[in-house]
Amino acid sequence: MRIVVRHRTVYNYDHAIRYSTQYLRLTPRNNPSQRVIRWNVEGQGRLSPWTDGFGNLCHTLVCDEIVNQISVSANGIVETTELNGVLPDDGILPIKVFLRPTQLTQIDSEIRDFVVPYVETARSNPLDAAHELSQALTERIVYTEGSSHVHSTASDALKNGRGVCQDMAHVFIACARELGMPARYVSGYLYTGDEATPQVASHAWAAVWIEGLGWVSFDLANKTCGTERHIGLAVGLDYASSAPLRGVREGGSESERMDVQVMVTQA
Amino acid sequence: MQRRLFDEMTSPDGSARPAYRHISDWLKWSTLDRLRQRSTEAEVLFRRLGITFIVYGDDGGTERLIPFDVIPRVFSADEWKRLSDGSIQRVRALNMFLHDLYHDRNVMRAGIIPEDVILANAQYQPQMQGFTVPGGIYTHIAGIDIVRVSENEFYVLEDNLRSPSGVAYMLENRQVMMRLFPELFSEMRIAPVDHYPDVLLRTLRGVAPGGAQDPTVVLLTPGAYNSAYYEHAFLADEMGIELVEGADLFVADNAVFMRTTEGPRRVDVIYRRIDDDFIDPLAFRHDSSLGVPGLLSVYRSGRVTIANAMGTGVADDKSIYPYVPALVRFYLGEEPLLANVPTYLLREKDDLAYTLEHLDELVVKEVHGSGGYGMLVGPASTAAQIEIFRHKILANPSNYIAQPTLALSTCPTLVEQGIAPRHVDLRPYVLSGEETVVMPGGLTRVALVEGSLVVNSSQGGGTKDTWILEE
Repeated sequence: MRIVVRHRTVYNYDHAIRYSTQYLRLTPRNNPSQRVIRWNVEGQGRLSPWTDGFGNLCHTLVCDEIVNQISVSANGIVETTELNGVLPDDGILPIKVFLRPTQLTQIDSEIRDFVVPYVETARSNPLDAAHELSQALTERIVYTEGSSHVHSTASDALKNGRGVCQDMAHVFIACARELGMPARYVSGYLYTGDEATPQVASHAWAAVWIEGLGWVSFDLANKTCGTERHIGLAVGLDYASSAPLRGVREGGSESERMDVQVMVTQA
Repeated sequence: MQRRLFDEMTSPDGSARPAYRHISDWLKWSTLDRLRQRSTEAEVLFRRLGITFIVYGDDGGTERLIPFDVIPRVFSADEWKRLSDGSIQRVRALNMFLHDLYHDRNVMRAGIIPEDVILANAQYQPQMQGFTVPGGIYTHIAGIDIVRVSENEFYVLEDNLRSPSGVAYMLENRQVMMRLFPELFSEMRIAPVDHYPDVLLRTLRGVAPGGAQDPTVVLLTPGAYNSAYYEHAFLADEMGIELVEGADLFVADNAVFMRTTEGPRRVDVIYRRIDDDFIDPLAFRHDSSLGVPGLLSVYRSGRVTIANAMGTGVADDKSIYPYVPALVRFYLGEEPLLANVPTYLLREKDDLAYTLEHLDELVVKEVHGSGGYGMLVGPASTAAQIEIFRHKILANPSNYIAQPTLALSTCPTLVEQGIAPRHVDLRPYVLSGEETVVMPGGLTRVALVEGSLVVNSSQGGGTKDTWILEE
C-alpha cells in the first residue's frame, strides 16, 4: 500500500522566543514492512541530521532568531507491505535492553497485580500472553483524548483507566516487561481510511519481542496488531526516547500553543 | 585468623622500611609540638585556599575542611612501578570493554560477563550504541582505589571511571607540604605532581574531534552547589580554560558553542563534571537545567568530545567489578598486575548463604552505593547492627556484594595521642588520551579513628600527601 503523509506542527508563542532546540524523530527507516519512496523534513531554523543509539534517523533543529512561531513539517510517501505486524530485529541493540524500566514505564504494585493472570501463559506461550494482555488493557483503559500529558506514566493511565495511544502503549510495555517480555515503544502514523479529516496527532503503539517470531506490534488504541496501514517513525524504550518532536526554548514565557495536523492518505 | 597489620613505615623488628628511612629519622628528630604547629599552619593554608568539602546530610555547617595529616605516605620507585603499570593495564582493558559493549559486544558473546548484569545496569547507556569515540577512549580520567595488606599484596577496591574527584587535594596537599617542609623536598627525591593540570589539558586536547587545530576545551560544572565545585574551579583555573555551566553553552549548526563577550566560540572538548542523566535535557532527564540541549546529537556526530564519555558508569559499577580481572585477560591477553578483592555476589545462592553465615567477618556493600554509605563492616559492628543488615540483605540480595575485611596497611599519622598507625587507601589518577599515564602520586585517604577502616571523607577520613621516590 502506498501512503502519503503530511505532518505539520506549529508552535505559537505569545512572547517572542530567542532560541530553541529540538530533536526531531520524523524520518521513517526502511524495513521489511515499509520502504520510503520520498521523504522530506523541514523546519524553521537549521537542521542537522544524526542517528541515535536506537538507530532512529533524527534531526536537530536549532532556531536562534527571535520568532513568535516555529513550524516543523515532515512530508513523504511510504510503500508498506502487510506483515501482520511482525518485524525482524534490526540488530542494533541487544533485545534485552527493552526489558529495562524507565520513568514513564515504571512498574508499581498496580501493574504487578494486573499482570498476575498472565504470568503462566507468558512462560508457556508469550504470544498468547501478549494478545491476552492487549485485550485486557483495551477493556481496562478507555481511549480519551486530552486525558493525559507528555509526562504521564503507565501507572497513571492504569489508575485512571483513561489515556491516549501513548499511554496505552506505555501500560502495555510496562506490563510486558514485568512479564519478562522485551517491549518497545513505536511512534508513527496510521492510515485510518478517513481522508477528509486531518488527525490531531501522530500515532504510537508498542511491540513485544517473541522469540522465533520477531517484534510483534500491538496498537491498543485501535484494538489491532500492526498492519500495512501503520508506518513506523522511531523506536525507543518509551515516548521520551522516541518522541517525534522534543524541544526546549528560551523565552516565550509559559504559554505555548501547539497545533498539529497529520494528513495520511493513500497515493 | 588474627593477621598482623602491615605498617608501611615500620617493620615488625622495629626498623624503618627502606622507602621510609628518611621520614622515620625526620619524625624522630621532630618534636610533637613542632608537628602540631605545622599541622595548624597547614589548616590555615587550606582555609586560605578555600578548599572545602560539602558533606551531605550533615546538620552543621555543610562545608568543612577535610582533615590533613602532615606526615606523608611514601612509596619506593619499585612499589610505584607495579601500582602504576597495574592501574594503566586496568584502565586500558576497561576502555576496550566500554568500546566493545557499545559496539559488537564480543564480551557477552564470549560469555565473559552475563548479558543481564550489563543490561540491567542503569548506567548502561543505549544512546552510546554504535558510536565510536576518539581514540576509543571512554574514561579519560580514572581514579583507581587501591589498598595494601602486606609488603607485596595490593588490591583494587574499586574503579572510578565517571568523574573521579579528589585530584585537587593531591595538588594542594603537595603545595602545602612544600611550604611547610621545604627541607624534606631538598633532602629527598620526590616525583613532582604539579604538572597534572598540563597533562590533563594535553590529554583532553588530544581527544578533540579529528581536524580540530588548537582545540578549545572547557570544564562543565553543575555549579557552585556541587560538593566538588571547588575542584572544578581549581582545575579550570590551573589549566587556563573556561569553567562553564550548561547555560553558558549552546548547540547550533551541529556544533557546541560557548557564549563569550566577544560572541560565540566553538567548543571542541567538554571536560564534564556532571552526570549523564543531566547532560542533555532533550535526551535524558527533561527537567535538568544543568546540561546542554542538543549535546547528544553533536556528540554522536563526532563534532565534540565529552570526557569522560557518556555511559562509562556501567564499567565501574560494583556488579561489574568482579569481572575486571577477566576483562584484562580477555582484551589484553595479559595476567592482571593488580588483584581484585575476592567478592561474593549475593544474587548468587551459594555466595548469599556463605555471606549470611559470616556477616561478622565480612564487609557488605550496596551494589550501586558510594561514599561509604549503606555498608556493613562486620568486625566493627554490634550483633544488633548485623541483624538489621541481615534483614536488608534478605529483602533484596542482588543489591549487595560482600568482601572479606581486609587488614588495610597503616601509616604513621599525627593524632591526639601522638604519632600512631592509621589505616590508609590510595587513589592514583590515570589519564588516557593519545597515551595513558599515571600521575606519580595520588590521593591517600586515612581513617583517623583508631582501628577504623572507613577512609571516606564523608565519614571522618582525612588525607595525606603521597610521595613517590625517584630512583
